Amino acid sequence: MENKTETGTETGKKILLKAEHLVKEFPIGGSRKAPLAVHAVSDVDLTIYEGETLALVGESGCGKSTLGRTLIRLLEPTSGRVLFEGEEITAMSPAEFADKRRQMQIIFQDPYASLNPRMSVKQIISEPLTTYGMKDKKELEDRVKALMKEVGIPEEFYNRYPHQFSGGQRQRIGIARAIALNPKLIICDEPVSALDVSIQSQVLNLLKDIQEEYRLTYLFISHDLSVVKFIADRVCVMFLGSICEIGPTDELYDQPLHPYTRFLLNAIPKADPRLRTEEKTLLSGEIPSPVDPPSGCRFHTRCPYAQDICSQERPACRQVGERQVFCHFPLA
Amino acid sequence: MNEPIVLDIRDLKSHFFTAKGEVPAVDGVSIQVPAGKIIGIVGESGCGKSMTAMSVMGLLRYPGRVVGGTIRLDGRDITHLKPKELAKVRGNEISMIFQEPMTSLNPVYPVGKQVQEAILLHQKVSKEEAKERVLQIFRAVGIPEPEKRYRCYPHQLSGGLRQRVMIGMAMVCRPKVMIADEPTTALDVTIEAQILQLMRRLCEEQGTSIILITHNMGVVAEVCDYVYVMYAGKVMEQAETFELFGETEHPYTQGLLRSIPKMDEKAHRLYTIEGVVPNLLHLPKGCNFCTRCEEATERCWREKPCLYQTREGHGVRCFKYESEVQLDGE
Repeated sequence: MENKTETGTETGKKILLKAEHLVKEFPIGGSRKAPLAVHAVSDVDLTIYEGETLALVGESGCGKSTLGRTLIRLLEPTSGRVLFEGEEITAMSPAEFADKRRQMQIIFQDPYASLNPRMSVKQIISEPLTTYGMKDKKELEDRVKALMKEVGIPEEFYNRYPHQFSGGQRQRIGIARAIALNPKLIICDEPVSALDVSIQSQVLNLLKDIQEEYRLTYLFISHDLSVVKFIADRVCVMFLGSICEIGPTDELYDQPLHPYTRFLLNAIPKADPRLRTEEKTLLSGEIPSPVDPPSGCRFHTRCPYAQDICSQERPACRQVGERQVFCHFPLA
Repeated sequence: MNEPIVLDIRDLKSHFFTAKGEVPAVDGVSIQVPAGKIIGIVGESGCGKSMTAMSVMGLLRYPGRVVGGTIRLDGRDITHLKPKELAKVRGNEISMIFQEPMTSLNPVYPVGKQVQEAILLHQKVSKEEAKERVLQIFRAVGIPEPEKRYRCYPHQLSGGLRQRVMIGMAMVCRPKVMIADEPTTALDVTIEAQILQLMRRLCEEQGTSIILITHNMGVVAEVCDYVYVMYAGKVMEQAETFELFGETEHPYTQGLLRSIPKMDEKAHRLYTIEGVVPNLLHLPKGCNFCTRCEEATERCWREKPCLYQTREGHGVRCFKYESEVQLDGE
């Protein structure tokens, strides 16, 4: 919580990761003259400060997962660069980058698909350790057991296989694997979306505890805005490959500046029937295709406030206090 | 609720006969669906909410089987209908939509044809008339350019449109009851809100009752009139939506609601229900929730509680609320 107030001042914080003009496109054929590509991430600038939790929210296909993966070079960017602790990781050779990679880990959404079914828990958690040079068997075993204890998996399960665990427990194993190398940054890609409500809260608490203990920085990718409200210090809202708005969580939720943020917040079903409103203002229409995204502001085809300029010019970044908004006509 | 009961499920038991033993997936569930209302069944995975729906639709397959209870649709017992008779009811008087619209539509036929088939199967109308009805229902469920979409194949439509087609198909014969099994789980929030609004509107306009199966308490709060909370094959609590959220009584429901992150408050830690859902093969001797319940007493481990009525229309399966009026016997 104290973290929150500090994150406010732009100057006092240390930048952990910075992306500049990051672009990621996936070619999908077409002719040589007119190649087609999915514009997953287009020209994104993003800064992640040390010790914070930055949430990346948006609907499916908005490029949030692709952005997360491009930031740690699980995907190579089409153009643009990523700086980690001031060093340009996108320009590094694989050998140089290998040493940096241990500083950044990822937790995946589907705990069933992200653990190798033929490896035991011991092998899964010790793999990153052996990759980065821990050879001594006793040391390895102690470390793996300590990690299992850390995430709440009983030591006796040391030799068990993934199918013997429940979804929540598998996600815990995934977390243990991610923190094994004492990383600085962890990308959490929808870590609780596949879990039941009662298990979801257990895992969210665990992520918070571990963050405090290991002084981790999280990039938390999620489509669930209530989960984001709980865990994030700052929120970045994406739509169709570009950023709509970035700001401190409470401010952004209380007073969204971008129309899309407001519609998104409005659309979430709230677990309280008294908040039920008869006629909600809902967004009409569907998400445009990322192969042929709309010109100008990406959101203008669905935006009720759109003017001529919105379809012609891409909105520049406006700084409002600690917040950044990409809109020609920000709300309020 | 004074509306007549359209679908009356009494003490339904559906068990699975597996090599490891008999699994009581649905264990004595009673649900009443009044005309023109939206009933919610909420619970975590494996609680039996989908299996209840499958039993009602006669879709249970080996090794699963309905072993007890009755299902009455408008007074008529449909629990053990012959396949031919069942086919007349299914899709006509009672219909169902599923979570993933891509896998429940046939990829090699245009969506319009698939909806038309439902009409031609159940009603004596000409093809032209049926097509007109399809276009009508497409308009009603908010599909833009219905003539163009009629000829589209499922892969050409977005997830939201596909779900609208599914709802159209389920509604086209004006069924008495529509069962929607996690209809919005695979959709984005802005699309989810559109679909929920659509279901609410259809329910009001056409008088169709809806059983909405979901794990999302938010969806329940948003659209349902009456809610059943299930856990490990049993109904733990049932009440009108406002009552359930305002006067939550069962420790499990309370735990569920407290463990959801709230939009309007900033908590440092979330409440958690410790432990995991019990294995249905090895259920505790007493209350199914006793292994995770903070308030469990020695009696909870020994005896199974009944569903006690605490107020008009509010039932709780917990000894804390033991009263004269039992809504089911054990």
